[in-house]
Amino acid sequence: MSLDTSAVLHSGPDGPRSDQDPGDDLSAVHRARRRHAGVVWSLRLVVLVAVFGAWEVLATYVIDPFYYSKPSLIVVRLFEWFTVGTSKGSIWSNISVTLQEAVYGFVLGAILGVILGILLGRARLLAEVLQPFIQALNAVPRIVLAALFIIWFGLGMESKVATALVLVFFPVFFNAFQGAREVDRNFVDNARILGASRVQILWSIVVPSATSWILASLHTAFGFALIGAIVGEYAGASKGIGLLISTAQGTFDSAGIYAGMILSTVLALLAEVILGGAEKRLLRWRPPSQATTTAGI
Amino acid sequence: MEHLIELANATKRFPNGKGGIHTAIRDVTLTVEPGQFVAVVGPTGCGKSTTLSLISGLQPPSVGTVKVNGKDVDGVPDGVGYMFQADAMLPWRSVLANVAAGPIWRGVEKSQARDRARDWIARVGLEGFEGYYMHQLSGGMRKRVALAQTLVNEPSILLMDEPFSALDVQTRALMQQELLRLWAGTNAAVVFVTHDLEEAIVLADRVVVMTASPARIKAVYDVGLSRPRDVEELRITTEFIDVYRSIWSSLSAEVDIARKVPSRVA
Ligand SMILES: Nc1ncnc2c1ncn2[C@@H]1O[C@H](COP(=O)(O)OP(=O)(O)OP(=O)(O)O)[C@@H](O)[C@H]1O
Ligand SMILES: [Mg+2]
Repeated sequence: MSLDTSAVLHSGPDGPRSDQDPGDDLSAVHRARRRHAGVVWSLRLVVLVAVFGAWEVLATYVIDPFYYSKPSLIVVRLFEWFTVGTSKGSIWSNISVTLQEAVYGFVLGAILGVILGILLGRARLLAEVLQPFIQALNAVPRIVLAALFIIWFGLGMESKVATALVLVFFPVFFNAFQGAREVDRNFVDNARILGASRVQILWSIVVPSATSWILASLHTAFGFALIGAIVGEYAGASKGIGLLISTAQGTFDSAGIYAGMILSTVLALLAEVILGGAEKRLLRWRPPSQATTTAGI
Repeated sequence: MEHLIELANATKRFPNGKGGIHTAIRDVTLTVEPGQFVAVVGPTGCGKSTTLSLISGLQPPSVGTVKVNGKDVDGVPDGVGYMFQADAMLPWRSVLANVAAGPIWRGVEKSQARDRARDWIARVGLEGFEGYYMHQLSGGMRKRVALAQTLVNEPSILLMDEPFSALDVQTRALMQQELLRLWAGTNAAVVFVTHDLEEAIVLADRVVVMTASPARIKAVYDVGLSRPRDVEELRITTEFIDVYRSIWSSLSAEVDIARKVPSRVA
């Protein structure tokens, strides 16, 4: 490497290798980055194999697999669900019910949270008046509402959608509220000078400013929606992953409980990937360093 | 008699964060007529930006009156364009969308607004950058986007707060010349805030010197140099140097005062 100014920037002796001056040799940087990714993924695989391997061995020789199950039993259970079906009908119909409940709850909760959050974020007085009430509502252990919703809406989908909605609403609401409050004054002033009306300022300045806040909350919110749907099903339902888990519990089938957990984890991860892609598209205007760090976490 | 811009004994006070009040400008009286180019110079932190924000209607005066077109300012008056000292371009919009924003907000049809925006982007020398986002532009390019964004509305009052101070010397001279060219055909009044006395004289018909904080108007000088002007050549003429000398003695005294009270300069 030549002694150019960029060399000074990387004077730290243990800086990562992929941080080399890209002007030097672009393909070398790419190669180093790929090698780094390879190392990270292999190590992740090692962690996975170690954990599950240890579990398998322990459950075979030391602890009782009746209570703790073991990976091989869980795989068998999953295989059975997907080939033969579950005691509550085909696995796909159960997944589809849970997914529908979660998606409806997510969409409705997110829309409500975004709209109310942004409006309240712009209405200072109203926000101040309502603050203690909102804080109190937020402090309610919302998961308990699942039981109440079953009384209100019955054993069908509605009660699960309602539980998911309530879980999604608060984090989205608080982030939208914060995002709408922290809008750069200069942007608003400039828009006023350029002739924007209040509605136009709300739509063209406040909403986009709050977008990165809102998107950040949506990531965790879908996880909450799934939790809401599954807990709702657990409390009482005729179909869904939560029902599979509660049935497994009723028959002391610990492998079934794990299998249900794995299914819902996979669903949450898939949703995360989709949301991450949407976020990247919406935040294309950001400098790349920021966009990759948010996507990378 | 009616003036385009009229500040009468305008005073602006702010809470200073320590429970007290800070007077930014005091008893400022100033009139500007259509087609006039007025430069405002003064030490840093004295209250130049505050003066512009009063004219723009973004801030009301604490005492005194501010009139535009003979009417008391209440909200942003018609025909005002204001180029802020700080960056105010929307980072999530492309250059084109930023420049077209004003006309679209004012109800111009979208395709027509974009055509106008494209035209102004070309006039400030940014042709080919229409699709860029703000973080992909240099500081000077961002200033030009701001200039295009302001001028596309064809303001009759143009307020500019140190628009060129971030530019290198050559680009600055270029932009000064460009501003004079763009302004010449219009009958717009310009109030141009700058630290740079040379710039003030090269551009303006009148130079307003403000005192150190709290700002009052110390003196107003008529520049009296003929137009059209060539900003590069003008700087070395004896007329220019004479004007410069007389204004500088007044301004430098204020700059010295501002330096001796460092707590005021925040
Ligand atoms: N919104 C505000 N709240 C409180 N104080 C303010 C506010 N705006 C300006 N000030 C104060 O008013 C004084 C004048 O500020 P102003 O921005 O007008 O100065 P300026 O002459 O434009 O300075 P510069 O040349 O550095 O831009 C400063 O002391 C500043 O701290
Ligand atoms: Mg200023």
